[in-house]
Amino acid sequence: MTSQAAPVETYDPHDVRPIRKAAMWVFLGSEAMFFGSMIATFLLYRNTTGDGPGSEIFSIPFTSASSFVLLMSSLTMVLAHHAFENRDARGTRIWLAATALLGITFLAGQIFEFTEFAHEGLALSTSSFSGAFYMLTGFHGAHVALGVLMLLAMFFLSLDGRLYEKRGLNVELVGLYWHFVDIVWIVIFTVVYLLQV
Amino acid sequence: MAQAVHRSHPTPAVYWAIALFLAVVTAIEVAVPYFSVLDPVRVPLLIVLAIVKFGTVVAYFMHLRYDKKLYRTLFLFGVIGVIPLFVVVLATMHAF
Repeated sequence: MTSQAAPVETYDPHDVRPIRKAAMWVFLGSEAMFFGSMIATFLLYRNTTGDGPGSEIFSIPFTSASSFVLLMSSLTMVLAHHAFENRDARGTRIWLAATALLGITFLAGQIFEFTEFAHEGLALSTSSFSGAFYMLTGFHGAHVALGVLMLLAMFFLSLDGRLYEKRGLNVELVGLYWHFVDIVWIVIFTVVYLLQV
Repeated sequence: MAQAVHRSHPTPAVYWAIALFLAVVTAIEVAVPYFSVLDPVRVPLLIVLAIVKFGTVVAYFMHLRYDKKLYRTLFLFGVIGVIPLFVVVLATMHAF
C-alpha cells in the first residue's frame, strides 16, 4: 500500500476552517449521544410487542443488501473527497452523484421495508417495540435524506464550478456527515436486526 | 508562521481495499446467525465485528487516524458519553 506525499498545513489565524471542522466533530459527537439514547430505548422495548409482530418479520437478506449499499456509499463519498482534493472536477461530480444515488437506493429500500412491515401489522402505534423501532430507523432515514439533499447540492454546485469558490471545506464536512450516517447504521444493523433474529 | 505536518491520506487503491475488507466483514456478520455452532459466541462476535467496521470507517474514511488529535477527542467524547447515557436511559425506565 502506497501513500501520497504528506501535505504541510500552514497556520493562518484568520482561517476559520479548523473551527468549522471542530464544530462538525462536536455536532457528530452529540449526534452519537442522540442515537445512543434511541438505541437504548429500543433495547428496553425490544420484547414489548403486545399482540403485534416482533423482530421475526425482519428480512435479514434484504436489510443486509441495504446495509451493503450504504457501506459502499461511504467508499464513493471518500473517493469524491479525494477527487476534490486533487482538483479533479469530473471525478468529484461522478462520485458525488454515485453517493447520492446509493443513498436514494437505501432510502427506497427503507420505504419498501416499512411498507411491508405495515402490511404485516407493524404500525408505529402497534406496540412499544414498533414505536421504538420506527423512531430509531425513521430518524436515521431522515438523516440519510438530509445527506442526499446536501450531496445533490454539492453536485449541482460542481456543475458550474462554484464548488471551488471558498466552498472546499463543505465537501469534507458533508463527507463527515455522510460517513457518520453510515457508522450509525452499522450499529443499528447489528443491534436492531442481527442480534434480534 | 507555525507549521503542522499531518500523516498523508490513503490513495484510492487503499480506499477500495478498505471497502473490500468492510464488505467481507459484513458478509461474515450476515452469515453468523445461520451457523448454530456459533450461537454461544454470537452476541459478542457480532458486537466485535460491528466495532471493527465502525472503527475502520472512522479511522480511514473519516480520516480521524490522520487528522488533528482535537477532532478525535471531540468525537470520542460523544461516543464514550453514550455509555453513561445508556445507563441513565435504562435506569430512568426502570430496566434494572
